[in-house]
Amino acid sequence: MSADLARPLPSLGKPRSPRLPSVGERTLDNGLRVQAVRRPGVPLAELRLRIPFAGPSGRKRRSHTAQAQLLGDTLLSGTSRRSAAQLAADVQALGGQLSASTDADRLGVGGSVLVSGLPGLLEVLGEVLTGAVYPKREVVGERDRLVQELAIYRSEASVVAREALLARMYGEHPYGRELPTADEVGEVKASQLRALHAARLSPAGAVLTVVGDLTPARAIGLVEAALSAWSATGKASATPRVPVVEPGPALLVDRPGAVQTTMRLAGPAPSRTDDDSAAFALANLVFGGYFSSRWVANIREDKGYTYSPHAQVEHPPAGSRVTVAADVSTPTTAPALLETLYELGRIATVPVSQAELDQARRYAVGSLALGTSTQAGLASTLSQLAASGLGVQWLRDYPKQLAAVTVEDALAAGSRYLAPSALTTVLVGDVDQVRGPLSTIVELEQQ
Amino acid sequence: MAVYYDVGMRSEPKGRTGFAHLFEHLMFQGSASLGKTEHFTYVQGSGGTLNGSTHVDYTNYYEVMPSNATELALFLEADRMRSVAVTQENLDNQIAVVQNEIRVNVLNRPYGGFPWLMVPPVLFGDFANSHNGYGDFVDLESSTVQDARGFFQRYYAPGNAVLTVVGDIDTAEVLGWVEQHFGDIPKRAVPKRSSFAEPVPTEERRATAYDPLAPAPAVAMAWRVPDPADLPSYLPYVVLAEVLTDGDASRLQERMLLEDRSATSIGGYLGLLGDPLDARDPTPFLLEVHHPLETSLDTVVATVDEELARLATDGVGAPELERTVARMTARYLREVDSVLGRATTMSVFEQQRGRAELVNELPDLLRQVTAEAVQAAAATLTPQTRTLLELRPGTAA
Repeated sequence: MSADLARPLPSLGKPRSPRLPSVGERTLDNGLRVQAVRRPGVPLAELRLRIPFAGPSGRKRRSHTAQAQLLGDTLLSGTSRRSAAQLAADVQALGGQLSASTDADRLGVGGSVLVSGLPGLLEVLGEVLTGAVYPKREVVGERDRLVQELAIYRSEASVVAREALLARMYGEHPYGRELPTADEVGEVKASQLRALHAARLSPAGAVLTVVGDLTPARAIGLVEAALSAWSATGKASATPRVPVVEPGPALLVDRPGAVQTTMRLAGPAPSRTDDDSAAFALANLVFGGYFSSRWVANIREDKGYTYSPHAQVEHPPAGSRVTVAADVSTPTTAPALLETLYELGRIATVPVSQAELDQARRYAVGSLALGTSTQAGLASTLSQLAASGLGVQWLRDYPKQLAAVTVEDALAAGSRYLAPSALTTVLVGDVDQVRGPLSTIVELEQQ
Repeated sequence: MAVYYDVGMRSEPKGRTGFAHLFEHLMFQGSASLGKTEHFTYVQGSGGTLNGSTHVDYTNYYEVMPSNATELALFLEADRMRSVAVTQENLDNQIAVVQNEIRVNVLNRPYGGFPWLMVPPVLFGDFANSHNGYGDFVDLESSTVQDARGFFQRYYAPGNAVLTVVGDIDTAEVLGWVEQHFGDIPKRAVPKRSSFAEPVPTEERRATAYDPLAPAPAVAMAWRVPDPADLPSYLPYVVLAEVLTDGDASRLQERMLLEDRSATSIGGYLGLLGDPLDARDPTPFLLEVHHPLETSLDTVVATVDEELARLATDGVGAPELERTVARMTARYLREVDSVLGRATTMSVFEQQRGRAELVNELPDLLRQVTAEAVQAAAATLTPQTRTLLELRPGTAA
C-alpha cells in the first residue's frame, strides 16, 4: 500500500431487502409433505426428496450401513417396466438427472430437469419408489464397484482423518462410521435391499421440495399425480441424539512419507434451532470460518503453513458439529497446531472486537442470500431447513438473530464450543517426523 | 463480477513454471489503496464471496456481492489492475502457500494431477503446452519480485482484460462506475498473443506413471481436436464426449459399468481442466477410466477402441443424439442460472471469441450439431493418433 496513490473507497449503497420466497405446501394423503417455490430465470426445475432413513445403533448398524449405501446406488437400477439403461436414457431425454444417496439419517433423491420434463421425471421417481426391483445382476455389479470406490476413497488422507475423527467422537452411534467395510458390502444381497426398501421407503415423514420455473400449485399438482400411489408400508425412525463427546488425547494416524499432515479438530456445535446458533456462527467465522478470519490470517497469510484452512459447521439432525480443518506441511505440523490452539483459546477467552463481529455478520447475511439465489441453491436450502424442522421464514428470522448477537454472546458461544479442551483432535501424517514435535504441545495417542 | 486477463499457464517461460498461478495469488496481496488481506475483508465484510483461478489460456478473478456493493467491487478490481503491490515478504509467503496447495491437491493425494498434469508432457512437444502449470518447486522458489513486476507490466495491461458485471443492477449506472474507476488506468501495449500451435501426433504415444498412494489403476486417453475457435468443427467433439460418458445410458458407461463391469468410473471431456469452452488451440479430447486391478489395461483400451469404431461405422441414432443434447442444454442452463456462472461464461466467450452473446446462443448451437458430424468426430479418435497415459498403483520397479 502506498499512501500517495491510495484512493478513498466508495461506500456501500442502500441494501435491497430480499423478498422471502413464497412457498406452496401440501401434505398428500399418503403423508408426503410437498413444498414448492416458483423461481423463474432458467426453464428448469429442481427437486429434492428426503426420506427419514435412520439405522440402528451398535452391531446391527454395520450391515445397515452397507445395505443403505447399496440401496442408494441401485434404487435407479431397474423397475418391472424399465431396465437401468432405459431409466437412464428416459431421464436424459427429459433433459434431466436423478441420483440417490443415503447417510446415517436419510435417503435423499436429488434431481433437476428442463421444466417441460418435470412430469416425466416425477413419473420415474414414482416408479422407482413404488417398484424398484433391485435386479440381482445390477446389485452384484454395483457391490463390486462400491468395494473399488471405497478403496479409492479411503486412500485419501482427508477421508482417513474423517473416519478416525467420527469414530473417536461418536463410537457406536450411527454417526461414528459413515462408510461400510468391503466385507460388509460383499455380504449384501438383493433380497435384503428389497426388504429394506419395503420397510423404510415410506412417504410418511418424507419431504419433497420443488423449485423452478412453474407455479407452486402446478408443481404440487404434478407431484400429487405422480406420487399418490406411493403408499406407506414401513415406518420412519429418527437417529438417536449423539452421545456426549469425550475428547481424550490427540489421535495420531500414520501415513508414512506424507508431505503434509491432515489436521482436524472437531466438537459439538449448536443446531439451527438452538438459542446460541447465530452467536456461535459469528464466533466461528471470526475464528476461522471464512477467509477473512484470524486463523487464516495467522497460519496461511502470515506463516504460509497451509493452503486452505477452514472451520466448517455441519448440521446432521441428531447433533451438529464444527470441524476445524487444515492440511499443513509436515515440518510445520507442530507450529501449525500451536497457532491453531492459540487462536481457539483466544476466541474462547477474549472478546472479539465490534468490527470483527460486524464484518462476520455482514458476511453471514450475504452468504445466506447468495446460497438461495439459484434454483438449485434454494431447493437444497429449503430441503435442509425442513430436515431441521424449519420453514422458509427461517431465511427472514436468521438475519434478525445474527443482527442481535453481541460481543458477549460471541464470547459465550466461543467459550462453550471452540475451547481447545472441548475438541477432539486427529492428525494424519508421517508419524516418524511429526510425533516428537507434537508431543511437546499435546498428549498423543497413536492409532 | 469477473475480470479475465488473457494470460495463462501457456505463457510461462522456461524456468518459471507455475508463475501465472503464483501471480494470481499475488493479486490478492495488496495494491495502492489496499493492504494485504484487505481485498478479502472488503468483499467478505460486505457480504460477498470471491476467488481467482488460473487456466491454460487465462487467469480470472471474481466477486459475488450484494448489489449495493457493486461499486466497491469495481473499485477493488480497478485498484489492483492499476497498482498491484508485490513485496518480497508477500512473495515468500505466497510461494509457501502455493507449495501447500500443490501438496494438498497433488503430492499428498491419490491420482493427484491425473490426468491434467500428467498428459500434457506426453501429448505435446512444445514447452508452452507440455510443462507443469502448477509449477516446479525449484522454479517457484526462485521467482522474484522483479519477475512479478515484469509479468504484471506485460500481461495485466487493461487492454488485455475483459470485465463482466451481471446481476440486479442498473447497467448505465454500472458503466458510469466502470469509467470512473477504470477509466484513468494508463493504457499500455497489449502483448501479441503467441500461437501455441504444434503438429498433431501421427503415431500413438504411450507413457506410464506410478502413484504410490493410488489403490487401483487408471488410464487417460487423449486426442487432439480441431481449433475451438471453429465452433462448428469443435462442438461435435463436445457432444461426442457426452454420447460416450454422460450417465448410465451413454456408450462407454453402459458397456463398461453396466454390462462388462470392467471399469469403476469413466469420464470424458474436452480441455485439460474439463471445461470445453475455455481453452484455445491446441487442446485435447480426454477419456479417463478407473478400473480394477483384475481388468487389464489391454481390455480397457480394446473396449474403448471397439466402441469408438462402432460409433465411427454406425453413427449415433437420432433419439440418442437428442437426449444427449437435451441434458447438455439443461446442465448449461443450470450453470448460467447463477450470476457468477453467467459472468464467467460471458467473459470467456468475449475474451476468446469477441462474442459474449454466445451465452444465449449456445443451446441453439448444440442443437445444430448433426449425427453425421458426431460420427465423423468419432472416426478421428483412432489408436494411431492417441496419446495414452497409464497410471499404475505403487512405485516403478
